[in-house]
Amino acid sequence: MFRKKNRFAVASLGVASLVALAACSNGGATPGEPTAGGTDSASSADCAAYESYGDLSGKTVTVYASIVSPEDQPQIDSYKPFEKCTGATIAYEGSREFEAQLPVKIEAGSPPDIAYIPQPGLLKTLVDRFPDAVKPVAAAADANVDKYYNEAWKGYGTVDGKYYAVPVGANAKSFVWYSPSLMSDGGYEIPTTLDELMALTEKIATEHPDAKPWCAGIESGAATGWPATDWLEDMMLRTVTPEEYDKWVNHEMPFNDPKVVEALDMAGAILKNDKYVNGGYGNVKTIATTAFGDAGLPILDGQCYMHRQASFYQANWPEGTKIAEDGDVFAFYLPGKDADVKPLLGGGEFATAFADRPEVQAFQAYLTSPEWSNEKAKASPAGWLSANKELDPANLKSPIDQLAFKLLSDEKTVFRFDGSDLMPGAVGSGSFWKGMTDWIALDKSSKDVLDTIEASWPKS
Amino acid sequence: MDWLLKATTPAEKILVMFVAILLFAGVMAFILYVSEKLPRWIPAVGFLLPAVIMLAFGLLWPGLRTIFDSFRDAAGRKSVGVDNYVTVLTNPDFQIILLNTLAWVVAVPLLSTVFGLLYAVLVDRTRFEKLAKTLIFLPMAISMVGASIIWKFVYQYKPATANQTGFANQILVWLGLPPQQFLLNPPWNTGFLIVIMIWIQTGFAMTILSASIKAIPDEITEAAQIDGAGSLSTFFNITVPSIRPALIVVITTIAMATLKIFDIVRTATGGQFQTSVIANEFYSQKFSQGNNGIAATLAVILFVLVIPIVIYNVRQMRISEGER
Repeated sequence: MFRKKNRFAVASLGVASLVALAACSNGGATPGEPTAGGTDSASSADCAAYESYGDLSGKTVTVYASIVSPEDQPQIDSYKPFEKCTGATIAYEGSREFEAQLPVKIEAGSPPDIAYIPQPGLLKTLVDRFPDAVKPVAAAADANVDKYYNEAWKGYGTVDGKYYAVPVGANAKSFVWYSPSLMSDGGYEIPTTLDELMALTEKIATEHPDAKPWCAGIESGAATGWPATDWLEDMMLRTVTPEEYDKWVNHEMPFNDPKVVEALDMAGAILKNDKYVNGGYGNVKTIATTAFGDAGLPILDGQCYMHRQASFYQANWPEGTKIAEDGDVFAFYLPGKDADVKPLLGGGEFATAFADRPEVQAFQAYLTSPEWSNEKAKASPAGWLSANKELDPANLKSPIDQLAFKLLSDEKTVFRFDGSDLMPGAVGSGSFWKGMTDWIALDKSSKDVLDTIEASWPKS
Repeated sequence: MDWLLKATTPAEKILVMFVAILLFAGVMAFILYVSEKLPRWIPAVGFLLPAVIMLAFGLLWPGLRTIFDSFRDAAGRKSVGVDNYVTVLTNPDFQIILLNTLAWVVAVPLLSTVFGLLYAVLVDRTRFEKLAKTLIFLPMAISMVGASIIWKFVYQYKPATANQTGFANQILVWLGLPPQQFLLNPPWNTGFLIVIMIWIQTGFAMTILSASIKAIPDEITEAAQIDGAGSLSTFFNITVPSIRPALIVVITTIAMATLKIFDIVRTATGGQFQTSVIANEFYSQKFSQGNNGIAATLAVILFVLVIPIVIYNVRQMRISEGER
């Protein structure tokens, strides 16, 4: 009797698993509900720009990126016109562990259709490690990039002469945040050269001993140190020629070249001077433990005058902070050696395809179109822009984004991509971050730090 | 097989239903009528096989693969001999990591066991025993990440002129001392991270040791007292030898957990400021820097370091089982 009872228990377990199986197969059947597009004349007119993508009803494209809820909503919203007009479904997935998980997904044979890669260096590694998984950009998207983007942006997505990734977002990093009222109260002028900036720093330090001219923070979890790499890169662009900068990034010039030491010392003139930092937080060493998102906030309390951080920092100001030239905070362009030369450090994300199905290629082309850039700008809060020439500045949410876009599209601007994002992972997201952290936290000398990073550059 | 997994039309769905019913009938028939007539070894193999397969594919194969990878370059393409091991053992940055791991493995098991034992003896048979034990045991219930965040707040630094938000620095300020950046200055920062682990593990040590202290027969302790042994003498000559097997289990278990420590370092400092340990460095080499060779080497070193503890633990367990 007991045995029989046991067997019935096992049998019922079998039933349960069958039910689970049935539930799974049912779940797979739901996506691909054809979306009824173009029922009224107005929306069909809107869809004119989308006709070239063809009818993609029932097709699904998966997108994988590092942006998670709730910041991912503008992403998802920006795909809606595409979904409506072509009938395709875009399945978005965000993960904080994106950089770690993407290679795992590829290795496991289940890569996403499209991934947003924030670092061209990572793209290079992926192409090198998984040459068959990464698919070259198809003709339509390629033509769009040629038409709407500066050719430099195509270069960042190119590995060994093959074009792999299209630009999606962009940001400008050469900005200094400040409080307009604090500046005008002190009678200070916005500096237009690097020397003026240093003079202003010294002036604030002597006239306001209770505050500090600068505040900074480089803590960012496992990525701690990256804001300091931006400091060095910005200083490099202001001390060496753009060509030399490119050589340094590509390791045709040693990482510890005397010119780099000089640039790092210039950053150190501010970052490693207890008189100049760290407003609101304490001495130099507190930079290492201050979260980069909090670093500029003492500006609002008047404890700090200036904070060098990218255009995307505007998302970190507390709600209700007015970002404008006459508002609570604003940013000025980190000046060059003299007022006519305008080097600009920036970054961006790139969309790479891991499948060459027509719907994936169509979606990648959509991401390069002016329609998408404008949709994304409309859907996003302040802090987002792209380098698409056809992007309408009126769609950008803040004056900083408009300023950044103006600088990006200005012919006179010497734009250079964030060097640490271009370098191999062992340096760009390893020894460079760590070296800059040690430079501040352990007070290592500029030379020692750069020597260590040079030694860590992968051989062969 | 598309129609089976992604049935769309009604006809396909009905077909899927029939397949499900057939499967159900098949499984039921097998269990109710066939299973009884099978020879006894078939069920035994049926139960063992999944475990063996999982061990082979989940443990043995990855283990061998990791050892293989540790002799290859960052991309795993060509052999580099023992270069990875040379790098890890001679590069000053890696040496710091190995030293940190050593500090962890020595400090955490010893201190947690000492504190756990002292606490177990002190609260034994007192009026507040249950409450006191609960308080010490509570940190065990907190995840390592949670504990690290709590302690990160405890260690938080604000300049002397501002109001302190970190408890540790507030105490220093009350005592008239300048606030410290606990997690910034090596080598002390590793020590402050080790405190977190001890805080968690002491409860574990205390629980196990307390149970085995209670298992010491009263006759022995009474006999010792009659023979004139003081409380210190009773502790060292009666209590400690009696609970030796439990002590060893506690020390080795904590040592193994400590060797693999990852969460605390990653949450509190991210391995910055020379606080990294092997497991944390393994993760950042593999996943943020894409260096499979060095990552595999670190994993192998970790594995080699755990082996002696495991062997010792198993042997001690055999000995104590033999005693019974």
